[in-house]
Amino acid sequence: MKSKAIVVTSGKGGVGKTTTSANISAALAKTGEKIAVVDTDIGLRNLDVVMGLESRVVFDLIDVFEGRCKLNQALIRDKRVDSLFLLPASQTKDKTALSKRHMKAAVNALIEGGFDRVIIDSPAGIEDGFKTASAAADGAIVVVNPEISSVRDADRIIGLLEAQNIKEIKLIVNRIRPDMVQRGDMLGISDILDILGIKLIGIVPEDENVLISTNTGKLISLNDNSKLGAGIAFNNIAKRIHGEEVSYLELEAPQGFFSGIRKFFGGN
Amino acid sequence: MFAFFKRKRSKELAKNRLKLILSYDRAGISPGMMENLKNDLLEVMRKYFPAGKNDFEVSLEQQGSQVVFVANLPDLDSPKTS
Repeated sequence: MKSKAIVVTSGKGGVGKTTTSANISAALAKTGEKIAVVDTDIGLRNLDVVMGLESRVVFDLIDVFEGRCKLNQALIRDKRVDSLFLLPASQTKDKTALSKRHMKAAVNALIEGGFDRVIIDSPAGIEDGFKTASAAADGAIVVVNPEISSVRDADRIIGLLEAQNIKEIKLIVNRIRPDMVQRGDMLGISDILDILGIKLIGIVPEDENVLISTNTGKLISLNDNSKLGAGIAFNNIAKRIHGEEVSYLELEAPQGFFSGIRKFFGGN
Repeated sequence: MFAFFKRKRSKELAKNRLKLILSYDRAGISPGMMENLKNDLLEVMRKYFPAGKNDFEVSLEQQGSQVVFVANLPDLDSPKTS
């Protein structure tokens, strides 16, 4: 992706925005980029917890805007991977404390200060919180789960992003279950792409290790290399953002002997 | 066992529902308003084509980036001349 400031958004809550932001940021940092990941979910701060950095939060985004600290005092360096920094949200204020003007100033300052990319974790919803988070972005990643409500909300969000003149909009299908797609009980990648009409940048399978990683404050993109797991998927997304060609995990293709037989007999 | 194999896969239903929902969302029309519009149109059609059948369809279709309103009026008899 050409975009330097990428907002991660979805409309619907609970689809994996924060997990995605944390993991693609860490994986991008692993490719050598200097990354700042910004939590804009004011009042409902969680990115620090997902990244296991909650004990190191001193200042936050609102402290920067209100002049209580300098931008680099609020940035937390992640010790596990060089070149990854977190800018936490405030837990005590609410979303009205954040303005578009401040957001743009912070993102510009980060990029001018030497960051290769800024990943902005948006709050759920389509109101001011989302609008402020996306105001400073030149690109967007829309996270969707393969279910009707999530795809519907993603369609709405894509319309709003386009109206804000964000040109580069990519899709991550998160929490897909290959077994359910194969037996026809879950929307597949092609179904979702048909409906939403934007380009894919990643497919992340449902993976219990995501929750286990969050429980322990680790990031699956840094710790798990299982062949068909979410860790690899997040790393592949980072490589694609970075500009590498990486083939997609073949989630929808038949896997193993029995699905081969089923296909032979006309199954799909 | 056979019922299991015959069961229509829920994905198709999900996809069709989603397409319908999104056509209303994108056009900014509520499904209820669409139903009222359909009934009003039907009433007008009956006035002019009293012998016409009632298999009258009104729908929204996505055509490229536009949402198009489509009314399907099959087998119209000659209009009432009075």
